[in-house]
Amino acid sequence: MKKYAKFAALITIIVGTVVWLAFAGASETKTYYKTISEVGKMGNDAYSQHLRVGGDVEAGSIKRVGNRTQFVLIQDKERMNVVYTGTEPLPDTFKDGAQALADGKLDRDGVFRAARIQAKCASKYEAKPGSLAPGAAPNINNGKGTI
Amino acid sequence: MENLGSLATLLAFCVALYATFACVVGRLKKKPFLVVSGERAVYSVWVLMTLASGILVYALVTGDFRFAYVAEHSNKAMPMLYKFAAWWGGQEGSLLFWSWLLSNYAAVVVFTNRRRHRDMMPWVVAVLTTIQTFFLVLNNFIASPFQMLATDKLIVAVPDGNGLSPLLQYPAMAIHPPMLYLGYVGFAVPFAFAMGSLITRQPGDNWIFTTRRWTLVTWLFQSTGVMLGAAWAYHVLGWGGYWGWDPVENASLLPWLSGTAFLHSVMMQEKKGMMKVWNMVLVSTTFFLCILGTFLTRSGVVQSVHAFARSSIGKYFVSFLALGIAATIYIILDRLDYLKSEAQLESVISRESSFLFNNLILLASCFAVLWGTLFPVISEAVSGDKISLDADWYNRLMVPIGLFLLLLTGVGPLFAWRRTSVESLRRNFQWPGIAALVLAIALFAAGIRNFYALISFGFCLFVALTVMMEFYKGARAIAAKSTQNLLAATIELTHRNTRRYGGYLVHMGIVLMFVGFTGHAFNQSSVKELNVGDTMQVGVYHLKMLDLKQGESDDNNYSWHRAYMQVSKNGEVLGSLEPEKRFYKASRQGTSEVGLRQRPNEDLYLNFGGMSDDNQRAVIQAYVFPLVSWIWIGGLVLIGGTFVCLIPSKKKMEYARTQVVGITKTHATVKN
Repeated sequence: MKKYAKFAALITIIVGTVVWLAFAGASETKTYYKTISEVGKMGNDAYSQHLRVGGDVEAGSIKRVGNRTQFVLIQDKERMNVVYTGTEPLPDTFKDGAQALADGKLDRDGVFRAARIQAKCASKYEAKPGSLAPGAAPNINNGKGTI
Repeated sequence: MENLGSLATLLAFCVALYATFACVVGRLKKKPFLVVSGERAVYSVWVLMTLASGILVYALVTGDFRFAYVAEHSNKAMPMLYKFAAWWGGQEGSLLFWSWLLSNYAAVVVFTNRRRHRDMMPWVVAVLTTIQTFFLVLNNFIASPFQMLATDKLIVAVPDGNGLSPLLQYPAMAIHPPMLYLGYVGFAVPFAFAMGSLITRQPGDNWIFTTRRWTLVTWLFQSTGVMLGAAWAYHVLGWGGYWGWDPVENASLLPWLSGTAFLHSVMMQEKKGMMKVWNMVLVSTTFFLCILGTFLTRSGVVQSVHAFARSSIGKYFVSFLALGIAATIYIILDRLDYLKSEAQLESVISRESSFLFNNLILLASCFAVLWGTLFPVISEAVSGDKISLDADWYNRLMVPIGLFLLLLTGVGPLFAWRRTSVESLRRNFQWPGIAALVLAIALFAAGIRNFYALISFGFCLFVALTVMMEFYKGARAIAAKSTQNLLAATIELTHRNTRRYGGYLVHMGIVLMFVGFTGHAFNQSSVKELNVGDTMQVGVYHLKMLDLKQGESDDNNYSWHRAYMQVSKNGEVLGSLEPEKRFYKASRQGTSEVGLRQRPNEDLYLNFGGMSDDNQRAVIQAYVFPLVSWIWIGGLVLIGGTFVCLIPSKKKMEYARTQVVGITKTHATVKN
């Protein structure tokens, strides 16, 4: 039985390491999906966690100064100022009216510091940017219906 | 036209349903003619699916903008290749494509086995046609590609379509989805054979011998698909990476991981009669991961940059998965008695044990990726918060797992079956081990302090040396007996046992890819807004903008901005790169054409980020990516190695297998 004990020990070590890595990593890198209004209701928690916030890029709000890009995310009339200073280029789809996801942290001054931006474009035959129906806007928040 | 298309898919649905019914009833009631009619029905499904697909492709190519699908995914300005590729560019079309591929595979299976496996085939066909029926339900009732644009019952056409997503208008992207789909769909066949053998209580390894080539070819398609996806991300997305742990990328990796585990563990069953239950579980897991992959890609249930599609097909996939998994688990548990192992593990340092750990690691990584991918869904169900895990998490987890796997790649094949002597360990690993240690120390002395990078380079050298020693030892033995030179002897050696030496080549490909991955630790980047005449510096390269132009493509498909960048190193001009930003008019989307200088040691990668707000200067992102080329070279070696595995061996191998049960005997000795 000694032989099987060796196998069991090795397997436990491997699986244990993987599980440990997974959980240790998760607590440091996890990101919460929130809507802008949910962020408002989070209180102090909002400042300590990684967040992913979705919304539409308000038309005309994108401003670029050097490496710094700032814009306003808007969803259901809630607005949020976002600043992006990351080194990765902004996606090609990022522009006025696009649906965007910003990953980052909320600062005490109420400005969202994004480390990463994802964006998806509204297509030609869909509603014009800015006039999106409430339910049709960013896909993250109506995900419950699909499964 | 559109009616004919709808009719063909509807008929295909009925015929597939009939085929399932005929095969099951014919088999149970022992009515051979009913079974044959069921098998022939598979051919009719293929004919009908080909007709339906042909109609859709014809509509796409000729620009029949009455079709909703055509209006959304094609336009007049697109080149012919992409009009055709629009077949799998959107949800409805890609599901039709899936169905069509499956009907091809099913027809080939029925044809090649028309005189073999008479006992098992009805069940195999029934499993395949059940899957086919599921996809035809989607094609017919949920996501029909033959929807017309209509107002007040009047079919109308729009003047021009949206065009294929410009990100997909790239040659590698035109073939990337078919490759992945060929891989996804292909695993239905080994799965069907596995189920067929379980249902008919065939104790042996019949299904493994029958489907080994299928599995290998399918795995080849998957590997190629994943590689093309990485290449596409690197060349087109303009963010300078090749892998972002995006849910859709993960979806393509998951079945590849479990499929790789399966390819290894079947060897245990072939040669030792072990791990039979495990193989059943693995082939089923792989198949369901393929379905899950299709689901993740097409439903956008997890947020992703790939989420081109988002629809209600989710619940159908979830139901199909749940039913399928439940049925599979039931059958495996019910037939457990027929899956008894013929041998036992004997030593921790043995070939068996290395296969066991290879499987454990591959499955652990597969599970970790699956967990990470589905984490937003799981966390939302459990706590109500949708939480995602980012690339950092995957890297922390997968880098150590990958390195351990790399080590196993080197040591596993050299362990002897049953147990390995200390003497053979020393003989096989002494010099590679010392060389790897010397390399790691030398790199450390040269100033590299990245822990993982040092380990990775050391392991890469270690594995490469063990593989080369295997070739050298074998070839030298042949060369000594005959008059051949060493090169001819190496070819002769490989030809004698293509599976073994092809496998080594695949391992070599993996090593080269790891060399490329490790380069990631030394990336450099710089971003600057430049006007004509301005300069910037990245790594050892000095960049100067010579010109900045804009214009339109000849076919009016897109407009472009282009920067002409002079590249020099140590004052010596190396050439110029022209990163370009395109803006596609139909879909109003932009894409990047990066300026790329690829060299074996490092790539210089320039991306046109966009214009500054005052429209005077261009934002140029410059990156230096060391060793990236080796990923693509490794991928090619891996593909080549898989082809070598597919060539029949010159010498028929006889396996030293102690117990051979019943029907497997003929196969065990005849086929390789």
